[in-house]
Amino acid sequence: MEIVSAVSLWLIPILIGFILIYGTFKKVPTYESFTEGGKEGIKIAVSIIPFLVGMLVAISVFRASGALEYFMNLIRPGLEAFGVPPDIVPLAIIRPISGTAALGMTSDLIAVHGPDSFIGRLASVLQGSTDTTFYVLTVYFGAVGIKKMGDALKVGLLADLAGIIASIVVVTLVFGSM
Amino acid sequence: MVNIIWVMLTAIGLVFAMINGTINEVNEAIFNGAKEAVTLCIGLISILVFWLGMMKIAEDAGLLNKLASLFRPIVKKLFPEVPGDHPAMGYMLSNMMANMFGLGNAATPLGIKAMEELKRLNGGKNEASRSMITFLAINTSSLTLIPTTVIAIRMNYNSASPTDIVGPTLVATFCSTLAAIMIDRYFYYRRTRKG
Repeated sequence: MEIVSAVSLWLIPILIGFILIYGTFKKVPTYESFTEGGKEGIKIAVSIIPFLVGMLVAISVFRASGALEYFMNLIRPGLEAFGVPPDIVPLAIIRPISGTAALGMTSDLIAVHGPDSFIGRLASVLQGSTDTTFYVLTVYFGAVGIKKMGDALKVGLLADLAGIIASIVVVTLVFGSM
Repeated sequence: MVNIIWVMLTAIGLVFAMINGTINEVNEAIFNGAKEAVTLCIGLISILVFWLGMMKIAEDAGLLNKLASLFRPIVKKLFPEVPGDHPAMGYMLSNMMANMFGLGNAATPLGIKAMEELKRLNGGKNEASRSMITFLAINTSSLTLIPTTVIAIRMNYNSASPTDIVGPTLVATFCSTLAAIMIDRYFYYRRTRKG
């Protein structure tokens, strides 16, 4: 497990160093390329604002009204027997459906429980290790006119479930349980 | 689907506010939620700009193509119906590399191109071929190497170590991708046995 932590610490700095040296070696105008790509980052950050506003307001209302607590208490006993914190369930449900909505939920969980709490870390790993099945399915198949999806949806959703289970197991192993 | 969930969250919240008498908290939540979302997005700009800038250098240096050729032998095994030198293979590899480095916007058009080629391979039929389902399974299990957005959110909320989830995310992603491939294979063999 120490290796996993070391990877966390070193992966990004090493990757950055490697890209810069490799780029220079290949005679890429590094600084110009960097600024060119960076512009894209601003566009993305600004374009997700409406998605996050919509989702965070809905979740905040759901939580502040006491509804979230009510439903959490309903499912708590069953899930905690398996070491699954109930707070993660709404995120797990919405993750395959909408990427930006899930991003809103992840940031909400991190804000409420703290980034270094068990739930905060679990939400972080979950967000990173699964993808938006319905989005990929509708965009990719829709664009090329595939009408009969076959087992695609089943396979995609089961893969998401596998990602959720893997996230819970790995976070518990690396950071300790709740 | 997301429409229903979104309305349900808000509507159920409002009903609970009436029952529980928490309407004051709900009013506050509406404005705080909106404010928080905007603050968060502004906070995301820093990391997104830096990371996408770095990735542009990697792309211009041909690093992504190089990685794609490194992964080619493995990916070829996953798609036995796609000839190794078919354009579909190239698009699928580029799509996977873009996904790995968090270039979602670049990944989508490449993925669509790959699907077009796969459809052509399948005789232009409007049903999903075996390769399409495998490609989709791998895509939905996520291939992210560095979860940049998540790191940015953690930084925003003053994490003591925003990147300490990188290693666990890698392990979880590896497990989920492996599981996706196995699930895909299982369904394929079930289909062929039936047919």
